[in-house]
Amino acid sequence: MVEFRYRTDEVTEQPSVTLDAFLDQSNATAVRLEPDDDARALIPFLDRLTLIEVAFPKFRDGRGYSAARILREAGYQGELRAQGDVLVDQIAYMRRCGFDSFAPEASLNPDAVARALAYYDHAYQGAADSAVPIWKLRHG
Amino acid sequence: MYKYDNYDQAMVDARVAEFRDQINRRIAGEMTEDQFKPLRLMNGLYLQLHAYMLRVAIPYGTLDSRQMRMLAHIARKYDRDYGHFTTRQNIQYNWIKLEDCADILEELATVEMHAIQTSGNCIRNISSDQYAGAAADEVTDPRPWAELLRQWSTFHPEFSYLPRKFKIAVIASYEDRAAMRLHDIGLELVRKDGELGARVFVGGGMGRTPMIAPEINPFVKADDLLSYLEACLRVYNRYGRRDNMYKARIKILIHEIGADEYRRQVAEEFTHVKTLGIDPPLAELERISAFFAPPAYDAANVEPDRNDPDFALWLDQNVKPHKQAGYAIVNISLKPIGGIPGDATSAQIDVMADLAEKYSFDELRVTHAQNIVLPHVAKRDLYAVWQALRDAELADANLDLISDIIACPGLDYCSLANARSIPVAQKIATRFADMDRQRDLGELKLKISGCINACGHHHAGHIGILGVDKKGVENYQLTFGGSGAEDVSIGKIIGPGFDEDGVVDAVEKATEVYKALRKGDERFVDTYRRVGLEPFKEAIYG
Repeated sequence: MVEFRYRTDEVTEQPSVTLDAFLDQSNATAVRLEPDDDARALIPFLDRLTLIEVAFPKFRDGRGYSAARILREAGYQGELRAQGDVLVDQIAYMRRCGFDSFAPEASLNPDAVARALAYYDHAYQGAADSAVPIWKLRHG
Repeated sequence: MYKYDNYDQAMVDARVAEFRDQINRRIAGEMTEDQFKPLRLMNGLYLQLHAYMLRVAIPYGTLDSRQMRMLAHIARKYDRDYGHFTTRQNIQYNWIKLEDCADILEELATVEMHAIQTSGNCIRNISSDQYAGAAADEVTDPRPWAELLRQWSTFHPEFSYLPRKFKIAVIASYEDRAAMRLHDIGLELVRKDGELGARVFVGGGMGRTPMIAPEINPFVKADDLLSYLEACLRVYNRYGRRDNMYKARIKILIHEIGADEYRRQVAEEFTHVKTLGIDPPLAELERISAFFAPPAYDAANVEPDRNDPDFALWLDQNVKPHKQAGYAIVNISLKPIGGIPGDATSAQIDVMADLAEKYSFDELRVTHAQNIVLPHVAKRDLYAVWQALRDAELADANLDLISDIIACPGLDYCSLANARSIPVAQKIATRFADMDRQRDLGELKLKISGCINACGHHHAGHIGILGVDKKGVENYQLTFGGSGAEDVSIGKIIGPGFDEDGVVDAVEKATEVYKALRKGDERFVDTYRRVGLEPFKEAIYG
């Protein structure tokens, strides 16, 4: 269940299909990527996708962070959802990598999430969010 | 030395608040230990055999007297009055209480220090050459580059849940004092057509599968470096093995797909990443470099008076040439005979801070061999420095000799260890306590690990000792011929292991074989490489 969503558009109603299924028939508008899947396989189809769900079966498996950035770097504008073993202290990094909705398996304390997102005013490095890296702030 | 601006300070202050929140949620039961573990590790907090251990970052091993005094203060107030300097140029405290951690980080933040990413499956503290800025053979000071990397890697959103830990070293000399090619990424700064850039080595490491990093790129320009490193890390994050933690380091990926294929994938990724605009302008490297401008040297070139024989001994062994005439690099040994390698008491840490302030332009360095360096001491002050060190029991003249042992904490502290390291180090140092004997043996790097994870760098020891558990009994394997320097190599196991006293005897026998066979000014490792294992084996197993 989507517990946190940082978008204003309508939630897509279509259930997401696997990457293999999408590449086979591909009139779907929602896809689910497993950690093993190559996010770049979706690049030719990004225009017609409204939801990409990235699975985190274990929070320690960080491949989904790269998948998210790759999709955003390729221009994907739709909803990018982290689903699975998603924890409070990962959400800030996930936001920076381009995720804008979260469906944690175990419900999260919304106050703790809000605090975790508010600790840092700036970031050292550029990523997939709109944060201006500190080096850029220093040099204008 | 680098000084934080408001942005840097805000980052460490926020980290203190965030970690305090995390600890509170853990104590309140909102997080399981399994969920808390990676968070505490990314703040350097381990749960060891007897207590929590806190590892504090000393970025590229450089610190000033104010920071050094803070390390003493923390040892005094929150630990048992001592700290342990590590092979990654950090310091760790062995007896920390969980409820004190946030307060400790808060105190550290007041002197621009932290424990960020000193553990966990993320980019760890960046290490470097302890003689940076003082070595005559460097093409540039590597520390500004290391600071640039420190900032880039801090809270990196994509690379904080990597398959495994990730260590980066930066050097700028041909002589390698940082074991650069035994890191996940080793950078050697070089000049090409007048322009500075980095020679990039990827996939080195010790642990259970030691590997020497192959060169992946002979020259990456300064303003491409972060993009290139992002490409290196992204390929690893996506394709590094996650099915087996013992095969998850980047060295295994590169070994499995081959350096050529890895290089190709990185090149392809780099072409893409370079378009994202994540490289700071050269002005940022220049801004950082200004903090590392040479100090105001003013001493005349006066050779010290060598009348005191103990001082002369120390001068010959522990003091190294400086690029500035009239100055010298002082190595402070943390390897007293019979002591614990790398340990220093609060009082000793304060003494070293005072000496740095008075005699070394307020600078200290930590070395990967677990010693301390005063990088810029006027030669006229060397005798005064030595006297103060002697009074603090810090004047052992054994740099790079057999008693200058690297040892991990071992089974005395560590929850991963199979055997104790410290008592073996103590026995070997005691056996060779006679300084004439040590000096006769010359440079002999002896390194001891208490388990296969190789924190004591045994693979890189001219003589390496690996403690294993053999049916419930501590057993020690010997390796010869390793090196972490520019002549990098991995040591080879010489035969069946020994008990604690047996391994000390075997080391002694090996030194006798060396003395009998050495030619000219060959070091132990040179003789071993020339004659091979047989004569040693015969003497030891006979």
